[in-house]
Amino acid sequence: MKRVVITGAGTVNALAQDVPGTLKAFAEGRCGITELDIRDKDRLSIKIGGQVHGWDPEVHFNRQQIVLFDKFTQFTLLAARQAVAQSGLNFDGRLGNEAGVVLGTAGGGVNTWDENYRAVYEEGKNRVHPFVVPKLMNNAAASHVSMEFNLRGPSFSVATACASSNHAMGQAFHMVRSGMSRVMLAGGSESMLCFGGIKAWEGLRVMSKEACRPFSLNRNGMVQGEGAAVFVFEDYDHARKRRAEILAEVVGFAMTSDAADIVMPSRQGAARAIAGALRDARIDASEVGYINAHGTGTTANDKTECAAVADVFGPQADHLMISSTKSMHGHLIGGTGAVELLACIMALRDGIIAPTIGYEEPDPECALDVVPNVAREARVEVAISNAFAFGGLNAVLALRRA
Amino acid sequence: MTVSVAERIRAILAEQAVLDLADVTPESTLESLGIDSLGLVEAIFAIEEAFDISVPFNANAPEDSAFDISSVAAIIRAVEGLIAAQAA
Repeated sequence: MKRVVITGAGTVNALAQDVPGTLKAFAEGRCGITELDIRDKDRLSIKIGGQVHGWDPEVHFNRQQIVLFDKFTQFTLLAARQAVAQSGLNFDGRLGNEAGVVLGTAGGGVNTWDENYRAVYEEGKNRVHPFVVPKLMNNAAASHVSMEFNLRGPSFSVATACASSNHAMGQAFHMVRSGMSRVMLAGGSESMLCFGGIKAWEGLRVMSKEACRPFSLNRNGMVQGEGAAVFVFEDYDHARKRRAEILAEVVGFAMTSDAADIVMPSRQGAARAIAGALRDARIDASEVGYINAHGTGTTANDKTECAAVADVFGPQADHLMISSTKSMHGHLIGGTGAVELLACIMALRDGIIAPTIGYEEPDPECALDVVPNVAREARVEVAISNAFAFGGLNAVLALRRA
Repeated sequence: MTVSVAERIRAILAEQAVLDLADVTPESTLESLGIDSLGLVEAIFAIEEAFDISVPFNANAPEDSAFDISSVAAIIRAVEGLIAAQAA
């Protein structure tokens, strides 16, 4: 079994278009959720989101690329470029045969579906652009990352709704740990902030019109976000030999299925995933200092998640910090676990715990230290990141300070 | 003869609960009908479609929504109110 470390990170999200900017926003407790700027907003009842404003693809891509890249691929490529640059790796030689990419996304090229359905249904056109299929497919981002960096090992995409990124990073972790790959790029992205993407979520009646207030008694739902985050997962010996900067070590991962309900979360399923990640990492619960919560801001998720944490940690639950950064960047659906892993890295490396902002009233059913509104300094040895998807699919990662 | 608002709502709830229309009385509650949160969201969608209205309802805070779901009679009153408000 190999040890697995993170040697690069990149992101684009509503808070910033890079990692330093995002961590700064986390530390400041800044909110990236704004009024949406999208077509036909007047026909939506939900008008806020964690949107990436000022996104200009022409700054990053040429015209032929833009024709081929849906926004979720664009976000991914920018995040991957940052991550690879930070790692200092080059995959053109033999390393490329031992490196791949696994990325999570729930919807893939949702903007491409949306625009082209408009063209054929609303505008009555009988012809679409030849690249619609390669643009919208869920694996488009993973494939373009493999091409841009010459990654010639195992690559694929994972779609498990809101747990997609965590499942993807878990796969990458397993592949490096087992020796199957030496380096894996991993993470996820989502770009669902378009008319159809928001209208679909409206239907479920779980969205907030005002703000994402995880764990707060007056929370009233989730807020969608968009963006991507990508990490370089590398064999520890390989990283050490080349004296790479190590951001954190990935030490454990577990997945469980509730086998119960298509939308309602399960306390037992979540608890089994958290406990499983600790067991996999051979970590005692007392070592965990920070949990990046799934914390969607819905009534059901937040109380179920807190109950699951209490089940796993027992009295120790009162001594750890748990926060949801979705309050700042929104819920990136299939990309959310990747952006949230940044908060774990910040806790471990910088000793800064990202807060849960928008917190107004304590909820007796969420009676944990949710780091309300203001970031905190603390030395953390182990951090875990939760993701619990619709469909009852749970994925939890455990990281240790490098 | 047109079917009354009350009858159409009872029919929607009966279909959602997989019960006979006669089993859905004004006193029935969603709980007594066995309609869970997802079933309620579906029923509200059906009501919106049937009456071409928009029902203010957030599944995270049903008690804060300006839409009383405490009984079948309450739902009927609320829908009649929304229809009247729309006509006004």
